[in-house]
Amino acid sequence: MTRRGFVTGAGAAATQGHGHGSEHKHDHSHQAVPSDLTLRVKALESLLVEKGLVDRAALDALVDTYEHKVGPRNGARVVARAWTDPAYKQRLLSDSTAAIAELGYGGQQGEYMVVVENTSKVHNLVVCTLCSCYPWPVLGLPPVWYKSAPYRSRSVIDPRGVLREFGLELPEDVEVRVWDSTAEIRYLVLPERSAATEKLSEDQLAALVTRDAMIGVAKVTLPQAGAQA
Amino acid sequence: MNGVHDMGGMHGMGPIQYEKNESVFHARWEARVFALMRAMGAWGKWNIDASRHSREVIPAAEYLRMSYYEKWFTGLVDLVAKSGLVTPAELESGKRAKDSPKATPPLTAAMVTPLAKKWNADVTRDVPVAPSFKVGQRVRARNINPTGHTRLPRYARGKLGTIDRDHGIYVFPDTNAQFLGEKPQHVYSVRFAARELWGEQAAPRDSVYIDLWDDYLEPA
Repeated sequence: MTRRGFVTGAGAAATQGHGHGSEHKHDHSHQAVPSDLTLRVKALESLLVEKGLVDRAALDALVDTYEHKVGPRNGARVVARAWTDPAYKQRLLSDSTAAIAELGYGGQQGEYMVVVENTSKVHNLVVCTLCSCYPWPVLGLPPVWYKSAPYRSRSVIDPRGVLREFGLELPEDVEVRVWDSTAEIRYLVLPERSAATEKLSEDQLAALVTRDAMIGVAKVTLPQAGAQA
Repeated sequence: MNGVHDMGGMHGMGPIQYEKNESVFHARWEARVFALMRAMGAWGKWNIDASRHSREVIPAAEYLRMSYYEKWFTGLVDLVAKSGLVTPAELESGKRAKDSPKATPPLTAAMVTPLAKKWNADVTRDVPVAPSFKVGQRVRARNINPTGHTRLPRYARGKLGTIDRDHGIYVFPDTNAQFLGEKPQHVYSVRFAARELWGEQAAPRDSVYIDLWDDYLEPA
């Protein structure tokens, strides 16, 4: 196979014999199977490298950063600090971006942060109905379900039903607040600290805090056994 | 635009498909598309609003069928072509045109880590623009139906809400996406009662907070 036509997909369609007429020659063919997509992406990358538009080492560094260096462990450190240091918690709720930066986290898709606090009476849930906005520096890149139609469509109209799908049944007297990330502000949920975690250290607490709890689709719970040491 | 991407409140999209211990990328090509998008963005030939719009204009049926990074790839091809960074002939052949000078990439590997940690998103503006609304004020989201990019979701249009906080001054996506100017203005977190949005089926005290630009709102 050659590179020809693979960037736009025209070649892929021709190879598969979809019979596009010449009037459709420049349409994107969206019938590519995954292997064709692999080839089309490779073709685009090769072309951009050949033109000097991108540096392959920079691409590798970007992938490595978001695969290994940025992720929900960052957010968990923020939450654990807020749970153990009341003054930090105050700063986190009043100037979230600056308080998160105190722990060394910030940057792309986390430039303007707002932290919202879950309590026994208020439950917060974060979504982006229009695309996939998500606080990268503290949570990493979003999971597929967060970016997908079922979650994006229903979390605003039926948040309690969505939470039930995640196994979380909220009492009627708990107020649900959904945050639709329509601008450049990114939201992080500060989960409610369970009384059962009273004796845990900051590090032990950080290990308990999950990505899902910081999106607001789960609570932070103790594992069945062992963690109370 | 009233596209299928604006899906808040829709039914029929199926159950949430949760994957345990999900990896960051599901195939190498996804990782490459992600990195290409970031690296090409460094040319400054488009902005985040134009980038979002490049995915919104994918035809609705295709938008719903495509995986996330397939949409990104489609948008990226569109952006590099429209910006003139790559010619249609080059996209067709996969080869650099002989008369095209070789460029120097603006993003190097050494820049990646500092940028991931500290980055100026360049969407706020330090200009004196007065807010039209105050915290606590009742507002109505305008009933507008622009055919271009907008961040006012359909489910909020015409609905009454309350200004919960003023986030400061940001570039306006509707004009910025089309390179028609930044039109900096205040963005507010606006609280809408769930019953105002969805009627009696919603729980009485629940609410949805939506970040909305000044131009999307009118006094109520």
